[in-house]
Amino acid sequence: MQYLLMLYAQESGWNQMSKAEQERGVAAYGAYTEALKAAGVWVGSNRLQDVGTATTVRMVSGKSQVLDGPYVDSKEQLGGYYLIDVSDLDAALGWAARCPGASHGTIEVRPVWSYPV
Amino acid sequence: MTAETPARVTADAVARRSYGKLVAYLAADMRDVSAAEDALSDAFAAALADWPVNGCPANPEAWLMTVARRKGIDGARRRHSGDVVAAQLRVMTQTQTEFAETAGDAAIPDRRLALLFACAHPAIDIAVRAPLMLQTVLGLDAKAIASAFLASPDAMAKRLGRAKQKIRQAGIPFAIPERDELAGRLEGVLDAIYATFTEGWSDPDDADLLRRDLADEALFLARLLTDLMPHEPEAFGLLACMLYAEARRRARRNAQGDYVPLGEQDMSLWDACMIDEAEMRLQNAATFGRVGRYQLEAALQSAHVERRRSGRTHWMPEVQLYHALYALTGSPVVALNRALVIAESEGPRAALDILDTLSADPRLAAYQPYWAARAALLARVGDPPQAHHAYEMAVGLTRDPAVRRFLQGQQAALPVLGDEPGE
Repeated sequence: MQYLLMLYAQESGWNQMSKAEQERGVAAYGAYTEALKAAGVWVGSNRLQDVGTATTVRMVSGKSQVLDGPYVDSKEQLGGYYLIDVSDLDAALGWAARCPGASHGTIEVRPVWSYPV
Repeated sequence: MTAETPARVTADAVARRSYGKLVAYLAADMRDVSAAEDALSDAFAAALADWPVNGCPANPEAWLMTVARRKGIDGARRRHSGDVVAAQLRVMTQTQTEFAETAGDAAIPDRRLALLFACAHPAIDIAVRAPLMLQTVLGLDAKAIASAFLASPDAMAKRLGRAKQKIRQAGIPFAIPERDELAGRLEGVLDAIYATFTEGWSDPDDADLLRRDLADEALFLARLLTDLMPHEPEAFGLLACMLYAEARRRARRNAQGDYVPLGEQDMSLWDACMIDEAEMRLQNAATFGRVGRYQLEAALQSAHVERRRSGRTHWMPEVQLYHALYALTGSPVVALNRALVIAESEGPRAALDILDTLSADPRLAAYQPYWAARAALLARVGDPPQAHHAYEMAVGLTRDPAVRRFLQGQQAALPVLGDEPGE
């Protein structure tokens, strides 16, 4: 089954870190990504730009309404994701717990809808 | 038509004996509790049509399992198509071999433990874990469960449905957790079983048979757990803990149906066999040398029994057990009970001082025993107005009429208050 690990954390935390701390953070994510790949469960992952760059779009009476800002203004922001393919929820939760994001934020784990073929 | 009777009798017997095992096996197989229940209920329907004509099979469990698996595959075909079914069928044929080898001697592999772990998975809403166990492992219907948990049948059916949907869609495994996860996950199973028991234990008026049955079902689940996990001392601790409480069931109400506190209970009404079994289970748990919450709870129950029987007046063993329990759980309820034991050794004033430090905890503000304890202590230190108020709070929070009558009696026995209107 595929699971999306959504990494939520306070963006301001990153900017307050020293350069050395940031480098360590990047290294930790790099090592984690390599571990996922080595285990053969990595499908995809990305880090997102700050929510300040977010724009929302929706159709309102046939016209697209474009707004500045994220869909939800929350204390912790979606900062990145991993898409992994593992046997079950416990395996997904196990990987989520190992993610550096679990130490400085919250990870939401969602199964990906599998379409009947 | 007469042939229907033995078929029905056999089917009922199998349902009682093997329902949980059959559902557990099918659910693990299909990774879907609802589909397993549907397939099994189809199989029972088929049995009631087939057995009166062709006679009851020598191994009814194997017969039901074979038919249920076929029904399950049909169901999967109806719901899905193509690759999804192909994948599911692959899984099913893998396990088919295992089943075929054992079908001859009726030994369906027991996967109830895996089902219990799925029901009590941390990803499942904590309030629905116990109802889910009762439905899947014991085959209780949603209506009976709803009534036992004081919920509307509709609401309970919805919650159970949502939980089963989550198991399927989120891919919650039917498996015994890995070593490093086991202790935490086992706690979820134990807590759900204990919640079932306390739900049955707190039966208002002692008249509601369904709720009393709930305590029996919890004992059944705890016994099952000790059979399935014979090396887990906490499973034995939980069983012992519940046996001690259950042993005193008849003594906790007098002939008028009024609540009788432990210290005043007629010990001849205690079930001595059950207490013996509890002692044995607790001793067995202790041999593993791994203390846990339920063993300590049981040890406290054991100390209560021993103190009543021996007339021991010092409370040190209880205080020490509560210290250990508090260190383990940090629970405000444990801190409260510890304060009450301290009241016995150091006096009510010392206990009230502790209660004052606890009163900031919002979890105690709506906890009836906190207010009842506070009221009793205030009465002992000679503060009737405050005691009166605390009894009012306790009475308002209790849902058990017998306890309410008891508290109102205690309240009425307080010295008359000058500034309170008569009742």
